[in-house]
Amino acid sequence: MSEQKAKKRFAPIQSESKHRMEEQKRESIPTIFLVMSTCGLASGAAETKQAFEEALSEKSIAARIVPVGCIGHCYAEPLVIIDHPTAGFPPICYYQINADRARILVRSYLEGGDPVLKYVLGAMEENDLIPAVMDFPRFSLEQRLVMEHCGLIDPDDIHQYIARGGYSGLVKALDSDPEEVINLIEESGLRGRGGAGFPSGRKWRIARTAEGDGKFVICNGDEGDPGAYMDRTILESNPHQLLEGLAICAHAVGANQSIVYVRAEYPLAVKAIQKAIKSAKELSLLGPSILGTSFSLEVSVFQGSGAFVCGEETALIQSIEGKRGMPQHRPPFPVEKGLWGRPTVVNNVKTLSAVPPIMVRGAEWFRTIGTERSPGTAIFSVVGNVKHPGLVEIAMGTSLRTLIFDVCGGIPNKKEFKAVQIGGPSGGCLPASFLDTPIDFDSLTQAGAMMGSGGMVVMDEDSCMVDVSRYFLDFTQKESCGKCTFCRMGTKHLLNILQRITKGEGRDGDLELLETLSKDIKDGSLCGLGKTAPNPVLTSLKYFREEYEAHINEKRCPALKCRALTAFYIDLEKCARGCEVCVGCCPVDAIFTTKGRKKAIDQELCVKCGECRVACPPEYDAVFKVSPPELAPVIERPPEDIKEKK
Amino acid sequence: MIKLIVDEKEIETEEGRSVLQACLENGIFIPNLCFIKTRQQPHASCRLCFVEIEGFDRPVTSCTEKVREGLVVRTDTPPVRRLQRMAFKLLMSGHPCEAKVCPVKGGCQLIRTAKYLKVGLNPKPLEFLEREVEEEVDLTFFTYYPFRCVLCGKCVYVCREKNEHNLLTFAQRGFDTVIGFFGDIDPTDLPCHTCLACATICPTGALIPKPELTREAKSNP
Repeated sequence: MSEQKAKKRFAPIQSESKHRMEEQKRESIPTIFLVMSTCGLASGAAETKQAFEEALSEKSIAARIVPVGCIGHCYAEPLVIIDHPTAGFPPICYYQINADRARILVRSYLEGGDPVLKYVLGAMEENDLIPAVMDFPRFSLEQRLVMEHCGLIDPDDIHQYIARGGYSGLVKALDSDPEEVINLIEESGLRGRGGAGFPSGRKWRIARTAEGDGKFVICNGDEGDPGAYMDRTILESNPHQLLEGLAICAHAVGANQSIVYVRAEYPLAVKAIQKAIKSAKELSLLGPSILGTSFSLEVSVFQGSGAFVCGEETALIQSIEGKRGMPQHRPPFPVEKGLWGRPTVVNNVKTLSAVPPIMVRGAEWFRTIGTERSPGTAIFSVVGNVKHPGLVEIAMGTSLRTLIFDVCGGIPNKKEFKAVQIGGPSGGCLPASFLDTPIDFDSLTQAGAMMGSGGMVVMDEDSCMVDVSRYFLDFTQKESCGKCTFCRMGTKHLLNILQRITKGEGRDGDLELLETLSKDIKDGSLCGLGKTAPNPVLTSLKYFREEYEAHINEKRCPALKCRALTAFYIDLEKCARGCEVCVGCCPVDAIFTTKGRKKAIDQELCVKCGECRVACPPEYDAVFKVSPPELAPVIERPPEDIKEKK
Repeated sequence: MIKLIVDEKEIETEEGRSVLQACLENGIFIPNLCFIKTRQQPHASCRLCFVEIEGFDRPVTSCTEKVREGLVVRTDTPPVRRLQRMAFKLLMSGHPCEAKVCPVKGGCQLIRTAKYLKVGLNPKPLEFLEREVEEEVDLTFFTYYPFRCVLCGKCVYVCREKNEHNLLTFAQRGFDTVIGFFGDIDPTDLPCHTCLACATICPTGALIPKPELTREAKSNP
């Protein structure tokens, strides 16, 4: 292995890629990098692209439009980076560029040289003219290893990844002994990013020593948590880093076949990964005898049909085998007996994508990031009530407070922070007293939540914790495969009890029953879905018990969320005589005129949509929401009004 | 031969057996619904056969644990009973049958389990769960009673074993899971007339062959 066969074969490919990039730079025409992943397209990036193209051809300006993946700043989509080398500015990042703004940018900046400061998010490099994005906490507190190139390269162009150092990890692995590679991953302390945090090096070693030919490596991209989209973004934005990690893993464990399991609901991700496989094969970075070595690797894409439970590795394997996606008892673990009975490594998208940087920069470097027991970075899709939602990659050990308040800008609309749900439907809800908890596998588990695959939902004071639990149980209950008794029947019971409580039909003993049932489901279920499904209930009962009690004992929803436990009323003191705004917006004609020519709500007709509260002019602000509903003052409808209605 | 200790009694069994099978063969009853001794990979779905094994911090299903020399097993500890009773009540919350009307001769496996666990056939304190399924479903050769079915999966397994491919399978998911039948094949080509394996193995009388079929099966054994 000492002759560095792969390195020799790779050198011309690498210089070709670098050459291409340099050529482009030498042309010195403006480059418009446009985020064209799912999030960008959903915010109108396709219209933005069209507007750019039209405006450029109208003005006959030569410029290159490069579609790139997601940079993680969802709040700023459609996001555009313009590199205009002759204007005297560094590359500039613009936010929320719709079609109109695109035309303005072409006219003012590309033609006129004025960078239109009001649309600028920041400059991509330090300079004296425009504040750089690197100085904002949303950028500076992040540490990107897995997402290093995401949003900066065209995922369809393999040369852009190679020019930035891509595939040199694989080259290094190919020129090393597989044992050394496994040692390196073990030393790095990399743990599985799918949720459980199993040491990846150990998994690889078991697979390598497992008896049996035809080993498999499967990349688990069956991301299904509500509000989570880390894997999708990585697949769409930089599929090559994942493929590189996959190939390193396969080489290390001695597998020649691999499968990328992606949900069919991620059509862009499927397309991106298929294209990436094709271009990597063309350059002999995948396929038969890679870079002239004796190592061959077939990669195929398997599209999952969208069952949450197929994210569980044994169910995922069943589904590839064409069977019903039902989890199997472990052991035997897939590393011993997996797909078609062969030893199979199942690793998450983020785990495999973390491998190439470790390969290149070493285990020691990796251990300098993160904590002792959880080295490296964590990727979260932070959603819910935060100012700057999006995809964030931070070093393990960062506190929840830093992530939510500094990186993501805190809670909007001057509301108070209430809770954060970490780990999706299998995770737990943590209250404000846990904000200083460091984000790592062990601390989060200890707090009753879990790392999960990276979904994080931030909730403000208007969220009802009973309703949140009900929401998650509704999800797990629907996604249960129906195999084992505890999950199939137990989650349904939990949901029914929670539904009753949110409707004001909670009873004495409900909370105790929720607790016993949750504990038994955790201990008795067959797979991870059932074992973790009660977590939202258990943690919210632990940290927000008084909210459950208010629902049951006082029929009151403290967050004013549960419809059956709230009512709207109009304060006659504040209501303006003759104003009709609320009447016009009520969809069920529940608002009537009182004797004093003010307005009141017929509680029998009201569907509690809250439109009147939104519509009431701020100078009156006369509509109030209360819980329990009995707090709303009763105002009789004038008899003539009733007659008229009939 | 392997020796293990179950409830302070030493028993002997062969290597490769599951703890559940070893116990059952030695006259030690452990409640179970989905266990089939010839099945390589246990289905492990009914969650009734919990035991405590020294070295594990919580109860484990005995069908999935292989016997080992010197294993110390307890079948009757409070944590074991807690899980077994809850699993049983969960099953009964979707199974409105009464002992009096049970179609299975001598009462089905559930009645035996209730007696063993010293619990009633009602799901209390759980509520009975309403299911949106028909009382009786026509599966060409059989009548399927979803309310009696506990989804142990034995019928699906034996069907595959005897016919090399599934004629019966699980359909729907979660709480709505039922047993389905690939009934759109020409029924005359199907081996169901003479097979009857699924109906025979069903522990709760949820699959009943249509009378004309039983008559035929009896006349051509």
